[in-house]
Amino acid sequence: MSDDGDLSALVWGFLGISLLSVGGGVAALPEMHRLMVETHGWMDELAFSKRYALAQAAPGPNVMVVGLFGWHVAGITGMFAAMLAMCGPTSILAYGFCRLRGRLSGALGMRVFERGMVPIAVGLIAASGLLLAQGAAEAPLAVAISVGSTLFVWRSKRSPLWVLAAGAVLGAVFLR
Amino acid sequence: MPPSNRELFLTYLQIGLTSFGGVNAWARHMLVEKRGWLTEQEYAETLGIGQVLPGPNALNTAIGVGVRFGGAMGALACALGLFAGPMALLAGIAALYDAYGQLPLVRATLTGIAAAAAGMVLGTAIKMGVKLKPTLPLLAVGVAALALALLRAPLPFVVLGLAPFGLAAAWWAFRQGGGRP
Repeated sequence: MSDDGDLSALVWGFLGISLLSVGGGVAALPEMHRLMVETHGWMDELAFSKRYALAQAAPGPNVMVVGLFGWHVAGITGMFAAMLAMCGPTSILAYGFCRLRGRLSGALGMRVFERGMVPIAVGLIAASGLLLAQGAAEAPLAVAISVGSTLFVWRSKRSPLWVLAAGAVLGAVFLR
Repeated sequence: MPPSNRELFLTYLQIGLTSFGGVNAWARHMLVEKRGWLTEQEYAETLGIGQVLPGPNALNTAIGVGVRFGGAMGALACALGLFAGPMALLAGIAALYDAYGQLPLVRATLTGIAAAAAGMVLGTAIKMGVKLKPTLPLLAVGVAALALALLRAPLPFVVLGLAPFGLAAAWWAFRQGGGRP
């Protein structure tokens, strides 16, 4: 599965995604789904949702899931290559921006920009949730877990780790 | 007394290794409450910029914190600290998954977690949307982004195509709100 063609497709894919990932890693998941599942067929959609689950169950930034996608395509090399492609260019951009920040913070243009872009990010995050749920929906109970977890996270202030733990137990007992 | 680069690295190493379920809440707790390096307002501003810039929010925010205290080296210290722990852990997890991922019990457990994690993303989006209290045009932009992404429109098309509408809606909301965006 891991030849040079795959590795370069992986790197170019995540480079392209990273520079437009307004709203962070989760908002870019639909585009990652296109890259991993639809364009290259590197994994099916259940595998895609499970990689996201693995990354969520471990500590660290949400974007770590990109490392798991990279690992799947080209092992440890793929993991580092995908993470670097996803994080390198945007880090340089963030660095440059933060150096200028003193002059820009609180500026009107900045606030309008933020307010105008955030709804797009939220819409993309919602789409990510629906795509992930579709991928995991291999049984009615899985759909019920997704719905319950949505309501819990929306309505409650408790740590979302509770829903991951509940999902793990329900899955282990009933989805075998 | 501003933190040294070594302290920045060690603090972000700790944040990276403890931040289950997303980094931002843990980073705030550590930087504002435990270390007292940033005020609540300073952290919120740094996070806000990290979220608007493309790329991982948590990483952009870490870079902002690093630049503030230690320039380029500070930014590097925070970024490396944030990723060192999770990368090592994840390599282990990926190897374990390759070896045991198809065992029925592991498969079933992960499907359960995957379903829950999906709901977590969706619930977070709803929470954010409600908290924003968007005006009608801003809400329309958000719904359009959701619909286009579900119709599998490519990301550049969604982001660049909707950005002018988002900015216009934000500008309009600003004008309506009498100067407070």
